[in-house]
Amino acid sequence: MSEERIIELLIGPQHPSSGHMRLVAEVDGDVVVRLKPNIGYVHRTVEKLAETKKYIQIIPLVERPSLADTANHNLGYVLALEKLLGVEAPPRAQYLRTILAEMNRIHSHFYGIGIHGIMLGSSTVFMWGFADREIMIEMAQWLTGARLTYSYIIPGGVRRDLPQGFEDEMEKALRYLERRLEDYDRIFIRNPVTRARLEGVGVLKKEDAIRLGIVGPNLRASGVPYDVRKVQPYCAYPELEFDVVVREEGDSMARLLVRIGEIKQSMRIIRQALKQIPDGPILSENYLKMIPPKWKEFMETKRRVKFPAIMANLRPPKGEAFSRVEAARGELIYYVVSDGSVTPYRFRMVTPSFRNVVLFEHLIRECRVADIPAIYGSLDYFPPEADR
Amino acid sequence: MDSRSEAGLESIIEKISQSLRELSTEIGTKDEIVTVQVEPDNLLEVAKKLKEIGFDHVKSVTAIDLPEQKELEVVYHISSLGNLDLAKVIVVLKARVPSEEPHLPSLIEIWPSSKYLEREEYEMLGIVFEGHPELERLLLPDDYEGPPPLRKEFEVKTEGIQA
Amino acid sequence: MVCRIAGVTLIGNLEESAKRAAQWLVKKTPIRNLRDWGIAFSLWPVHFTTACCGAEFAATSAPRFDVERFGFLPFVAPRQTNLMLIEGTLTRKMAKAAVWVYEQMPEPKFVIAMGACAIDGGIFWNSYNIVRPKDILPVEIFIPGCPPRPEAVARSIIMLQKRIREGEAFGLKV
Repeated sequence: MSEERIIELLIGPQHPSSGHMRLVAEVDGDVVVRLKPNIGYVHRTVEKLAETKKYIQIIPLVERPSLADTANHNLGYVLALEKLLGVEAPPRAQYLRTILAEMNRIHSHFYGIGIHGIMLGSSTVFMWGFADREIMIEMAQWLTGARLTYSYIIPGGVRRDLPQGFEDEMEKALRYLERRLEDYDRIFIRNPVTRARLEGVGVLKKEDAIRLGIVGPNLRASGVPYDVRKVQPYCAYPELEFDVVVREEGDSMARLLVRIGEIKQSMRIIRQALKQIPDGPILSENYLKMIPPKWKEFMETKRRVKFPAIMANLRPPKGEAFSRVEAARGELIYYVVSDGSVTPYRFRMVTPSFRNVVLFEHLIRECRVADIPAIYGSLDYFPPEADR
Repeated sequence: MDSRSEAGLESIIEKISQSLRELSTEIGTKDEIVTVQVEPDNLLEVAKKLKEIGFDHVKSVTAIDLPEQKELEVVYHISSLGNLDLAKVIVVLKARVPSEEPHLPSLIEIWPSSKYLEREEYEMLGIVFEGHPELERLLLPDDYEGPPPLRKEFEVKTEGIQA
Repeated sequence: MVCRIAGVTLIGNLEESAKRAAQWLVKKTPIRNLRDWGIAFSLWPVHFTTACCGAEFAATSAPRFDVERFGFLPFVAPRQTNLMLIEGTLTRKMAKAAVWVYEQMPEPKFVIAMGACAIDGGIFWNSYNIVRPKDILPVEIFIPGCPPRPEAVARSIIMLQKRIREGEAFGLKV
């Protein structure tokens, strides 16, 4: 009798809280007994294709899996490539990289909050989240020239310099966003409906989080203060001051609050970086000396980089490189093995969403069917990033 | 501050090298990365020793296809989340298995975080991790027939003369 | 039985003559224009994100670019929608689901392919796991870009509206 009570529910790739993956849930009445994720709907074989493309062509390839957070993916890959090549970017370029990475973190978190809102049914927060995101996207478009896929960070430096008047406009934008975050607090976070749906739901304990290898805001909401920007600082982070946002409860509300806290810390980092940014070239000396003098004049006046011809045929010496950065969703890892030719021998990319997939099995258990979107939204899981 | 953390890092690396010296064939260190080459039979012993020191999760499992030597090299990157001093160090475990019979003991009992990572390498390169409870297809479609995709014998078309 | 309406004689059984009467009524231009106008301004896409262009699709429905003023409202159930927007790369696993969802939608239905990956593979053209949408579904409009700007998506909706109102859309010629 009890076997007939359990129904298998396929929450397929087309479902109201949309996401390109399938959840196979076994429900007994209204209570979920077990849930298995079925991923692979967006598997675009980035690792295999990277073995057929040259090193500079992999930059757009590596950005596409995670469209909400491209600058951090770009940065991680270029850090690994620079370790193989043995070049280092000048200090001004390091600050510019940091500024773009933090801008990206802000608008990626707004995307996460918007999607979480619509999964709970609050289309107001979806509209607000996406509208406020446009401000940071517009600033990034002024700096790099594209809305989402920047390809701004290249081995040796960055592609463009800061435009005139950027600091003042950024200050206006950050002040506007700070006022907006107070509105979110009043309407969404202290809303009794949100609190009833999110507090105490999907609790992740500290030992389980470490044992399962969870990363990102999901880990920091369970009490573990692990942030790659503090453990192994890269770019300009050693010289900037910021806090790691940690909460102890481990439920969905804590994850939401950690994301909002991180937006505030990112704003702090951008303000400091814009004040402290040093003058200097934006491309490393190794590559600057390969550019003919006529183009150097162009570069001085227009403040953008003309690529030297060697970038089309980069041949790093034999070896391997490992790099890690803190993307918006967690820790992102690149492992590149080179055999001396123009294409890599093996390219491995472990994304934070892939390391968080195990949370679907672990957290969505003995809860109601209506808790599935609440927990799913709070994990900020991005399927193309997990499937690569 | 920097010199003290440097000294702390070096002492940790020294401790790791000491405890693994007999069980491994080769140990190399560079900056914060400790590379340990082991035989597949000693893999579980080394993993247990690392867990005792305090390393608590696997960051990535990579398998590299070496068709000339007819071998597959499996590379584990291991670090710590709970202990912030150990979190700076990354231990790289490398083991080689023959291509015809790629069997390796699974590290899932010691580090449950390797569950999905090992499953992906099984699917993409055909390495069988013994002891893994759910070794089945993860990312590829169900009706996919053919060799494991990331092996060098599986070619994708490229632009140019050999298209 | 015999039936005479406005100079046209319909003979035969009731069902067949009712069907023929309805078709004749629709072919007469004011009714067809009214029907096409109605369809054009209520194109509801099904909530089916296929790949990364979905982020720009969500931004299109967002306040800055607001396509709801054209009558475009993403809706949850396939049975109550009439537009399918293939955003981005279509992998083999997802293509099966896309065809199932397409078959569940009631007619007349339309398909728009968004992004460079939906035209001919985009940056993943040589991958072994992708499918070209034009092989499996009747696509009306292709939007280039990687990802296309939300203004481009809005323009494609206006182009589709024009196609419908001129009677050239594939979805109408059933």
